[in-house]
Amino acid sequence: MTSAPAGTLLAAEDLRKAYGPTTALDGAAFSIHPGEVVAVMGPSGSGKSTLLHCLAGIVTPDSGSITYDGRELTAMNDAGRSALRRSEFGFVFQFGQLVPELTCVENVALPLRLNGTPRKEAERAALTWLERLEVDDVRKKRPGEVSGGQGQRVAVARALVTGPRVVFADEPTGALDSLNGERVMELLTDAARSAGAAVVLVTHEARVAAYSDREIVVRDGRSRDMERVI
Amino acid sequence: MRARQWARDLAMGTRFAFAGGREGWVRALLTAVGVGLGVALLLLTTALPGALAERNRREEARLDYTFAQEVMPKADDTLVVADIDTTYLDRNVRGRLMEPEGAEAPLPPGLEEFPATGEMVVSPALRELLDSDRGELLRERLPYDVVGTIGEQGLIGSQELAYYAGAEGLAERIDGSTVARIDEFGNPHPTEEETDPVLVLLVLVVFVVLLMPVAVFIAAAVRFGGERRDRRLAALRLVGSDSRATRRIAAGEALAGALLGLVLGTGFFLIGREVAASFEVFGVSVFPSYLNPSPLLVLLVAVAVPAAAVLVTLLALRSVVIEPLGVVRAARPARRRLWWRLLLPLGGIGMLTPMIGQGRENGDFNQYLVVGGVICLLVGVTALLPWIVETVVARLGRGSLSWQLAVRRLQLSSGAAARMVNGIAVAVAGAIALQMLFAGVESDYTEATGYDVSRAQMQIRVPEGTDLAAAAAKLERTEGVRRVHALSEGYFHDTPPPKEPQLGALLTIGDCATLREVAKLPDCRDGDAFVLRGGDYDDETASLNEPGRKLYLETQEDSGETGTVVWTLPEGVGQADAIEDPTGTRRNGFLMTPGAMPAGMAQAVSGELYLAIDDSVPHAREYARNTAATIDPLADPMDWSTTEHSERYASIRTGLFAGATAVLALIGASLLVSQLEQLRERRKLLSSLVAFGTRRRTLSLSVLWQTAIPIGLGLLLASAVGMTLGAVLLRMTATSVRVDWPSVLQMTGIGAAVVVVVTLLSLPPLLRMMRPDGLRTE
Amino acid sequence: MSIGHTLLGLLESGPRHGYDLKRAFDEKFGHDRPLHYGQVYSTMSRLLKNGLVEVDGIESGGGPERKRYAITEAGITDVERWLATPEKPEPYLQSTLYTKVVLALLTSRDAADILDTQRSEHLRGMRILTDRKRKGDLADQLICDHALFHLEADLRWLELTAARLDKLREAVAR
Repeated sequence: MTSAPAGTLLAAEDLRKAYGPTTALDGAAFSIHPGEVVAVMGPSGSGKSTLLHCLAGIVTPDSGSITYDGRELTAMNDAGRSALRRSEFGFVFQFGQLVPELTCVENVALPLRLNGTPRKEAERAALTWLERLEVDDVRKKRPGEVSGGQGQRVAVARALVTGPRVVFADEPTGALDSLNGERVMELLTDAARSAGAAVVLVTHEARVAAYSDREIVVRDGRSRDMERVI
Repeated sequence: MRARQWARDLAMGTRFAFAGGREGWVRALLTAVGVGLGVALLLLTTALPGALAERNRREEARLDYTFAQEVMPKADDTLVVADIDTTYLDRNVRGRLMEPEGAEAPLPPGLEEFPATGEMVVSPALRELLDSDRGELLRERLPYDVVGTIGEQGLIGSQELAYYAGAEGLAERIDGSTVARIDEFGNPHPTEEETDPVLVLLVLVVFVVLLMPVAVFIAAAVRFGGERRDRRLAALRLVGSDSRATRRIAAGEALAGALLGLVLGTGFFLIGREVAASFEVFGVSVFPSYLNPSPLLVLLVAVAVPAAAVLVTLLALRSVVIEPLGVVRAARPARRRLWWRLLLPLGGIGMLTPMIGQGRENGDFNQYLVVGGVICLLVGVTALLPWIVETVVARLGRGSLSWQLAVRRLQLSSGAAARMVNGIAVAVAGAIALQMLFAGVESDYTEATGYDVSRAQMQIRVPEGTDLAAAAAKLERTEGVRRVHALSEGYFHDTPPPKEPQLGALLTIGDCATLREVAKLPDCRDGDAFVLRGGDYDDETASLNEPGRKLYLETQEDSGETGTVVWTLPEGVGQADAIEDPTGTRRNGFLMTPGAMPAGMAQAVSGELYLAIDDSVPHAREYARNTAATIDPLADPMDWSTTEHSERYASIRTGLFAGATAVLALIGASLLVSQLEQLRERRKLLSSLVAFGTRRRTLSLSVLWQTAIPIGLGLLLASAVGMTLGAVLLRMTATSVRVDWPSVLQMTGIGAAVVVVVTLLSLPPLLRMMRPDGLRTE
Repeated sequence: MSIGHTLLGLLESGPRHGYDLKRAFDEKFGHDRPLHYGQVYSTMSRLLKNGLVEVDGIESGGGPERKRYAITEAGITDVERWLATPEKPEPYLQSTLYTKVVLALLTSRDAADILDTQRSEHLRGMRILTDRKRKGDLADQLICDHALFHLEADLRWLELTAARLDKLREAVAR
């Protein structure tokens, strides 16, 4: 059924998903190559976030196929998808994703510790990433004590610390002013590119989408890959 | 103007309390249930002194004084009454035989007319028992026709078993102990109410122990839903309400719960009052009408409880600044200090110490000091716990991810955690102390009997003149009776009456087999007599043992017996060594076989029958009592048992256990509510953690740790304080201190079970919240 | 953009040759479109005629003669006035895109398609600008941002129109 173009890392075909009476996805498709940054655009309520959740294996679509690295995501059980998310994927959300009780460095170390890395080692790796994202000065602080831009950089560090092959970013700059937002986008795409990670970037802001290599537009649950059209 | 403003703000808060949807209702209801329990307990406490006084009054009013030294002459207004109390299935049955001697004979309270011979008037509880299958054996013992019911005025409790039966020929048996002639009911010398001080202590401590966690719970309950309320208050500030008004509105919310609690509490109390009538504790039951709290105290409760709720809220908001854009809590509260927290428990011990060793004998305990001391000790738990939780949690850290998440959360808000656990800790501490006290007092009572139950388990005293041999034969044929030893007893004087005796000695009459139960006999045949050596407290027997000496048997002067029974000591009275008899004493004096009795002696001695009971036969003792009653209604069977009193405490311990469990369940419910509230606030975070691939197990475990750590610490502290309090209370009642480990384990076990249940119940919502829906923002 | 005022402004720091002026202009403002020499000389002669600059001196070395221009008092006043006068915002009332969309609707073509293609094209432009911004200095960043914001405004219009296509179709059909 799936015929992902050669070299794609993550591809989806004919995704359908409904939340009760609301149709969120109605035949959406998607594909991304290693190291590519793809923006998913569209108006509010168009199904962008649902598409991201399906691609990341957080939500199971009602029908359709999702292949990651040759594996069918929809055929995996919850534990398998969780393990995949732990080891292969990274996540950045708009806000509310950092554990308020943990310090910034502990937050960044969290995904590593989920994978069983010893605490010290995890925190050492976390610190390296905080340095790369220029927020190592807040490592001892709790998320409530840092600015929005710093917090989001901590979140980016956390998304990248495991060396994921795909980073899912859902409105990562939504809560930031444009200067901070662009800085975060710059750091995110730079870091992802240098690590060879693909980035699925959900945004409704064109200037954020401009950091992508190409965009996919979702409208009424259907997607449109602009590169294939043109 | 100001009053109107207050009223308006409080009313607005009251509306808010119920306007929060299902969540708001649940919270208000939990608060109300907590307050309601507290109110009901308070009302019950205020009603208790009155109830005890009323009970005492009724008991005095029906007293028939049978121990008069002088027998009053028969008259138109006299009544002969016989005390024939019995025991049935471990419950006391108050029984009286009555024979009016004229038209003016006094009627006991609660009766409208005297039952005729062969008829009886019974209490409602006894009527119910007799009508039931359980009363079958008792029906045999009371061969009278039920013709009426004793009115409430004649009873001291709803569950009391009592009857009045009509009889004839009682006057001949007046003996100054169980049968007497009276011309009025009621105590001629009314006594001040004299309750066992230990009992008062128990009651006081029970109420304090049950009330304290409820108070702590109320204090925590009015702070429920803090976050949501804070947001609401901030919104109010934004639209222009000043900070005082905001506080009043918050107080109003608390007030709403408290007022609803008053209503519930009144309901609980009324229900409890009716339910109380069907309970019997310590053999004491009450009528609902006894439990009338004094109006002044009711008013006090009705005012104090809501006022306290408002005060607690205002106090809790003291360190909070409500700004239009949010709520700022006093940023980093000062590190908790230990010294003043130690003052409370130490003060409590200090208040209790002076009463140590006072026991039963040395009068009443100072009630204020007892209550004050117990409260201080228990409140000390609530003061110490936040410090302990903070200190311990600050030192935790290493461990798995779930552990780290839980510990970090606790480090940020150890106060909130401790507050929720406080109630549990206080309840457990109090319950442990009480259980220790009961266990201690209970074992104390048990040890006191000291009967040798291996040889006989029942003793029946039959009146003088009863044919002992026939009685023994009859009992031996009774089901469940293995062996009967019949002993008659009398007492010799060295001089004939009415002279006062200088020396005296006990006389024990029985067949050889029976006598061997009390002494080592060299050789025995009917007709032999012996003198005892080695009896307890004996320095007279030896000097009386001179052959040819005349000894005069003590007779009941008033029983119409004439003449004096005299025994002349024969030659060659055998020597016998006293051994412990079934009652645990070494007898002194003389032993006699029936054949050695001089004329008239058989009628002048009272008989004792010692029964070996086969307890494997169900109700064996009841059969024996029934037979005894047929021998003579005035026969007085006594049970021997090493565990005589354990029943009384078993029921109260069960009650305490149930009460503590109920309180813990209530606290568990509130714990669950705040846990769920906290989870809901973190919905987004939980969803993103799941997106990262966090295992559900990790998050569930962290929720468990988050509850288990503070509760574990709370239970440790509670055990320590509880055992201390228990030890002090035991010392106060002059009882040996022993830790009742089963009850410690039991109570901490319930506490731990609450943690597990709360965690289990919060798991389904947690798992639901970990679904990705939480990530949806659009 | 007024080239005249810009060159006048550049002269305020001191007299310059025409060639210098072009180089300075290109360096600071002409990233996309360098000036032609002709543009400079025609502008300077117009400014000279209006008395806003004067010839400071003429160099005639081996090559062609080169005039050195200096700003006059009147020139300084003019620059001042220009800077103080706010720019009139672009009204954008005659939009080709709008015309295209309406025409598509009138001829029952897929207007959403036009909008999507246009968005894609805008984004392509924005990507180039973003890329240049990331590699460039502060001046580059500011210039690119200016352009990006304008493109973004267009894109917002595109999104809004896309969301209202059904209503627009009704209105056009009437």
